[in-house]
Amino acid sequence: MASPSRSIFRPKGGIDQSPLDHGRKLVADINRRNLLRGTVSLGALTMLTGCTVSDTDSVQTVLRAVSDFNDGVQALLFDPHKLAPTYSVDQVVKPPRFNAYYEIEDVKPVDGAKWKLELAGLIDNKSPWTAAQIYSLPEQEIIVRHICVEGWDYIGQWSGPSLSDFLKRIGADTRAKYISFKCADGYTETLDMATALHPQTILATKYAREPITDPFGFPLRLRTSTKLGFKNAKWITAMEVTNTFQETYWSKQGFNWFAGL
Amino acid sequence: MSDSLTVKSTRRHRQLHPIAVRTMHWINAIAMIMLIGSGWKIYNDEVLFGWLHFPDWMTFGHWAQHGLQIHFAAMWLLFINGLCYVVYGFYTGRFRRKLIPISVSEIIGNVRDALRFKLAHDDITHYNAVQKTLYVGIMLVIVVQVLSGLAIWKPVQFQELTALFYGFQGGRLAHFIGMTAIVGFLVIHVALALLVPKTIGAMITGGPDVPDDSGAVPHPAPAE
Repeated sequence: MASPSRSIFRPKGGIDQSPLDHGRKLVADINRRNLLRGTVSLGALTMLTGCTVSDTDSVQTVLRAVSDFNDGVQALLFDPHKLAPTYSVDQVVKPPRFNAYYEIEDVKPVDGAKWKLELAGLIDNKSPWTAAQIYSLPEQEIIVRHICVEGWDYIGQWSGPSLSDFLKRIGADTRAKYISFKCADGYTETLDMATALHPQTILATKYAREPITDPFGFPLRLRTSTKLGFKNAKWITAMEVTNTFQETYWSKQGFNWFAGL
Repeated sequence: MSDSLTVKSTRRHRQLHPIAVRTMHWINAIAMIMLIGSGWKIYNDEVLFGWLHFPDWMTFGHWAQHGLQIHFAAMWLLFINGLCYVVYGFYTGRFRRKLIPISVSEIIGNVRDALRFKLAHDDITHYNAVQKTLYVGIMLVIVVQVLSGLAIWKPVQFQELTALFYGFQGGRLAHFIGMTAIVGFLVIHVALALLVPKTIGAMITGGPDVPDDSGAVPHPAPAE
């Protein structure tokens, strides 16, 4: 390399090498990461011979197949009569902890006056429900632990019509396999019928005996004591009783679908 | 099959680590590494200790859901393999032959020798008292780890179990402590194996022959 000529663009002390050092560490990290990823794939190989270590799609196929298998195992473990532990009013955390696939500032409030719950699928009476109609139904209260897939939890006090009562009221075919929910923010969720009929599954309209506020699903959300937090759809706008399995917002991204507690 | 099968009086020999043991050992190693790396990924999503995040390169899975997928796949590998191992260990008498009795005075003596760098390891077919303690200990830790895992996976269906761990967060903490114990064991186990490399060879090829005095496999008695 030619000796550097004096230039105002060339720093006197030579070129700062530190970004290169930084890059070197990054490269080393990436190499290590690939090595570890290879180890994971190697582990997955023990379950599926014939897929190349680098073929992450194949690894995904295997892992999702195991996740589907785990759905079945969890359905077997699920006891429709087993109640989740309940707690006292003074253990209730106020307000509840917010969680969605976006931040709390980005919540778009639903106009309760215009809002309707649309019904579809294997239901005798599919006329939509207004918030006033739903809020006038008999209420059930559950004080249960909310457990997030991330690992945090809190005790919440939820009330609203029991989902199984509501399903009977609208003449839903409760022999169907699933109930799918659509939400105002584009979220989708699907419950197995056994969970929908569980005595601690409600369509929540209130938290701590006050109407639920915007970030927590006003005017209507699901609250079940036997599923991880993300299964409890907020801002529900439509409900379908169906035998056709529909992937949900999170299951499409690789989270386990059954997500039972 | 003949009902008057007789067993010859000549002593049979078997390898130090029969093929079944070696297979189960390495399946367990793969399952455990998958569980630890993916568990760290899951932990990072909601840490128990503010000062502890596992660096991303140490964790398995791209996002949390992939960590969860790996964890809930590897758990079957660990569980089924572990069950086979326990049944095998009791049925063949390997646990009885290799792991008991453990004498406290021998443990103290081993530790003293180890600190003086005088711990004998010429005979890899015989476990010293410290090894026995560690192997029995790690098996118990793994059993408890499976239980704390079940407690936080199914805190409603297995709520009685979850209650034994002082609830969901208690179960998480127990699962974390169990992981720490397993990683601690892994570090010592690998370090000592590297110090006496023929132990690694034995876990791959089977090692030297040892007399088979198990007696656990019932000798068929001639039907009269």
